[in-house]
Amino acid sequence: MSDSTSAIHVLKHHFADLDQQRETSTFGMWLFLVTEIMFFGGMFCAYLVYRVLYFNSFGAASTTLSIQLGTTNTAVLICSSLTMAMAVHAAATGHRKAIILFLVLTLLLGGVFIGIKGVEYYDKFQERHVPGPNFNFVLEGAEAKHFQHVDPHAAEIYFSLYFCMTGLHALHMLIGFGLITWLIIAATRGKFTPEYYSPVELVGLYWHFVDIVWIFLFPLLYLISRHP
Amino acid sequence: MTDHIVPVKTYLLVFLALLVGTALTTGMAFVDLGPFNGIVALTIAMIKAVLVVLFFMHVKYSSKMTRATIVSAAVFLLILLTLSMTDYVTRPWSGTYGAGRAQSGNEK
Repeated sequence: MSDSTSAIHVLKHHFADLDQQRETSTFGMWLFLVTEIMFFGGMFCAYLVYRVLYFNSFGAASTTLSIQLGTTNTAVLICSSLTMAMAVHAAATGHRKAIILFLVLTLLLGGVFIGIKGVEYYDKFQERHVPGPNFNFVLEGAEAKHFQHVDPHAAEIYFSLYFCMTGLHALHMLIGFGLITWLIIAATRGKFTPEYYSPVELVGLYWHFVDIVWIFLFPLLYLISRHP
Repeated sequence: MTDHIVPVKTYLLVFLALLVGTALTTGMAFVDLGPFNGIVALTIAMIKAVLVVLFFMHVKYSSKMTRATIVSAAVFLLILLTLSMTDYVTRPWSGTYGAGRAQSGNEK
């Protein structure tokens, strides 16, 4: 296929052929994602250190998050990963309308995720669980009996990590929205062909990476110390 | 073209597995397994992440160089986490972890 006219058009002069060009861009994107892994890895490490140090208080603070909203959001993000994968598939098989449809679906599902996250943040502001001068953490009812000797300062550390980690994750999603919008515009203009769809493939990698970060954030922030 | 096109069926199967994993991890969180709750949750998360990397991110079909890069990233992340945790987890054992910390160490 490297000798067809459209292939020559998309092949940059410093690459030998399209396979090499594709391989190089994928490898470059993975190098970027590796830096992202180490970036989020530092935050996960900080979380683990404080989780071990303030085991009980972290468990108590974690139970104030809504498990319904958290689980729904996990499912929504997995759906958006599927639609993103389908967009890449549509690009690889040359279905322009399908690319646009799946990218729009991905964007919508991402919007639902951010919307639900916004509701959760709003609840936390209402409950005064946002670290700062107005922070207040008092457990009531059965939870107060289940978790004894809870240190409010340790709970504040939990919520600091909660807002940092979910906030950075949400920021990555917002950047993803910009990238997907750019792809939709480019797809509408017919920029992608089965010979050349690297931008779709690479934004796909980015989007799936953001999904993976959430796959780990969900159990660590929402599911620790749940009890019947 | 050596580029491998993943069949739609594979995507759907991985998608279903991810949803089942999510339901499973949420369900298991309410079963009291003692210290194994965290291990079960992280194992399910690892399996989900590997499924996404292999199929959604096409690493099952990618070059050896790309795979080696990803594996080395995972190894370095594990070094970061295990070495940090061996430090912090074992500090209270020596009994020299500072008087102020003793209280939070006994917190559980």
